[in-house]
Amino acid sequence: MPAHALFRDEDLRFDVDVDPLIDALRQVLPEEGLIVHEAGLRAYECDGLAPYKQLPRLVVVPETIEQVQTVLRLCHEAGVPVVTRGSGTSLSGGSLPHPQGVLLAMGKFNRIREIDHHRRIARVEPGVRNLAITEAAAPYGLYYAPDPSSQIACSIGGNVGENAGGVHCLKYGLTVHNVLAVKVITMEGELTTIGSESLDSPGLDLLALMHGSEGMLGVIVEVTVKLLPNPLTKQVLMASFADVESGGHAVAGLIARGIIPGGLEMMDGAAIQAAEDFVQAGYDTDAAAILICELDGSEAEVADQLKAVDECLRDHGATRIQVAADDEEKARFWAGRKAAFPAVGRISPDYYCMDGTIPRKQLAYVLRRISEISAAEALETVNVFHAGDGNLHPLILFDGNQPGQLEAAERVGSAILQLCVEVGGTVTGEHGVGVEKINEMCVQFAGAEIEQFHGIKAAFDEKGLLNPGKAIPTLNRCAEFGRLHVHNGELPHPELERL
Amino acid sequence: MTGTDQSEALRERVADAAEQGEALSITGSGSKHFYGNPVQGSALDIRAHRGIISYEPTELVLTARAGTPIVEIEEALTAEGQRLAFEPPQFNGGGTLGGVVAAGLAGPRRPYGGAVRDMVLGLRLINGRGELMRFGGEVMKNVAGYDVARLNTGALGTLGVITEVSLKVLPAPAARVTLEVEADPTQCHDLSEQWLRNGRPLSGMIHDGERLYARFEGTTSAVDDAVAAIDGKALEPAAADAFWQSIRDQRHAFFAGDEEPLWRISLPPASDPTVYGERFLIDWSGQQLWLRGHPEPHNLRARAAAEGGSATLFRGRIDGVDAFPPLDAVQARLHRNIKKAFDPHGILNPGRLYPDAEVS
Repeated sequence: MPAHALFRDEDLRFDVDVDPLIDALRQVLPEEGLIVHEAGLRAYECDGLAPYKQLPRLVVVPETIEQVQTVLRLCHEAGVPVVTRGSGTSLSGGSLPHPQGVLLAMGKFNRIREIDHHRRIARVEPGVRNLAITEAAAPYGLYYAPDPSSQIACSIGGNVGENAGGVHCLKYGLTVHNVLAVKVITMEGELTTIGSESLDSPGLDLLALMHGSEGMLGVIVEVTVKLLPNPLTKQVLMASFADVESGGHAVAGLIARGIIPGGLEMMDGAAIQAAEDFVQAGYDTDAAAILICELDGSEAEVADQLKAVDECLRDHGATRIQVAADDEEKARFWAGRKAAFPAVGRISPDYYCMDGTIPRKQLAYVLRRISEISAAEALETVNVFHAGDGNLHPLILFDGNQPGQLEAAERVGSAILQLCVEVGGTVTGEHGVGVEKINEMCVQFAGAEIEQFHGIKAAFDEKGLLNPGKAIPTLNRCAEFGRLHVHNGELPHPELERL
Repeated sequence: MTGTDQSEALRERVADAAEQGEALSITGSGSKHFYGNPVQGSALDIRAHRGIISYEPTELVLTARAGTPIVEIEEALTAEGQRLAFEPPQFNGGGTLGGVVAAGLAGPRRPYGGAVRDMVLGLRLINGRGELMRFGGEVMKNVAGYDVARLNTGALGTLGVITEVSLKVLPAPAARVTLEVEADPTQCHDLSEQWLRNGRPLSGMIHDGERLYARFEGTTSAVDDAVAAIDGKALEPAAADAFWQSIRDQRHAFFAGDEEPLWRISLPPASDPTVYGERFLIDWSGQQLWLRGHPEPHNLRARAAAEGGSATLFRGRIDGVDAFPPLDAVQARLHRNIKKAFDPHGILNPGRLYPDAEVS
């Protein structure tokens, strides 16, 4: 188990007798839609952040919007917390159950409601898998752009909750740039549609606010996304560098020439070796870093860009450039990157994946510091990097069976996140805060900002029942973590009770 | 870089106003003064708080103070071969960065290049308690905390005084061309789709009721291919640039005169934009309709809402008609609650977005 407590006292203020709630839920849910026995609950005890485990009081598996509304209304009345879960692939513990609450599993909401190819819009239920949208759109020559590496499993509702990214973000945006509308149920059980099929909607941008809100503001029951036409052609090339710094400069050089590649990924030497051993992608294992660059567009555009990219990479000291000869080779170049996490899983009993974003120019410094930080705990780190957008995924290698190694990995992770903030970046680019990075939020934000976040939360969920203890730390937690940015020697709002 | 930091003076002014319960009307160059509902309040002028703080072309990020004229930002970007994807309007040649973000208005490139909020990476703002805070940052991917930066984009200053913004910027394309095409106003969506699916780098589509104007921006080869493939007459480059600016800044003849209100109707793709009135100008491949005349406001709004759009009274006031269409009961309550969370005394641009949002 992790070194710090998952929930604090203030997160555990919902000590309610749930038996009356269970009786009421039985009236509205199908028999298999209510799970109360430990064996059944066990399946939901963790998400993609496996070391963090917690049983909920009960699991609810609704099938209709009306059932979700009733569940939320009943929980609101009873004062019982609700944690929403899609496919359970969160890497930050976003859908870790609450010990006093309901785990609301949205897996039955798995239907694609509509693929409107003429208008390039898809309307889907939140439990639909990310990749399933692209598969359904493919017959029309269309696709859904954001492609987190878990896209085969992760659900679109969770993608909205985390504002999921992927390898094509620099050019095609994050989830927030590709969603048109969401149907949301408030904690009180009311249904509203935020956004529309138009390019903008009246009022405050609540649609943007829902993205990355980690299930703290409402429960999403339908998502409308825009679809893009498949690029007419794609080309993938791979460049080797003798050091990471040259690779970083090459990326800046591409941007300076006005090129925004569809995908631009970097792997360090250790990641290259692990991936090559695993999938034999033809990676240059002599290189200290490789860049994988995908260009897309019309034939003429891609040809122009390929020439410019090749020149630029050579100018920046690429020691070897391989251009994929055919579709099979394109797929192979990507295969190594896409398999980087499982590849690392083969060389280490456990690994811990971090998710900071940094200004790209800081890459060489940050990688050097990561190496020093890891060495101080006698651990190794392997790095993959969304080079286009500055999102860094250090994979900290450890063995959970060795006493103290998980705790050491967590210390390394925390230090890396603080390093990202120090160089002007953020503690999380696309995986979310969840329970995992909640302490580091205290480093990134001052007390007034954290209070403002709590104000937004209360505007949607006055009783604080949706996903308590996640995403936004209490000021007490920050004070204990010892990193609260105190202004003028005082906490903001000294008159307020510290929960 | 240039400019002066007035953020502490602005913060103190807001804190004083909060204590006094004094309403503030946040102003920049005043170029969008007409937009939204009227505000009664003491002017809080942000123009002295100006200057580009950092701009690194290879990071694709520019950070500037809110009072910086948008023209100054565009000039800095042009010098590096970059630009703002959302093509913000410069009504009367004016506009500050703060105003651009607070209004959230984008020009003709919006459907193809992105909205203002799509490019906002982070900002600093002073809330209605006089607290200066920073949200988001200067990196492309950031999911730490709620997205307060995008929430304030288009909030018309009702949640905070924006003092500084970090924007994602993009390379300007190597080539561009504008084609005048014979087409019916109802063909906008189909033509737009046909071109986009053929890889044409469409970046603007207007129909003025007579003719369709399509702009393509991209690599030289992509633009040349579009010209070769599409049956249309290329405009002279200077005339083409002047045309798109006249649309962006509403200096085109369609927008002349203020005797009639100007309505803006946001529409889903493939709507029929010709059913709303006689005098219209179609933008955004048919997804933004500008309408002159005196339509019955309630019917207009109901009609737009019925097909998933919305109608804003953009210029010109009508007694008893708010600038923006009403929200459903749930979102109206959320708006009130959010307003209170940022501005408990209701002093920041009260009523400019929604009169009701200020009622506690």
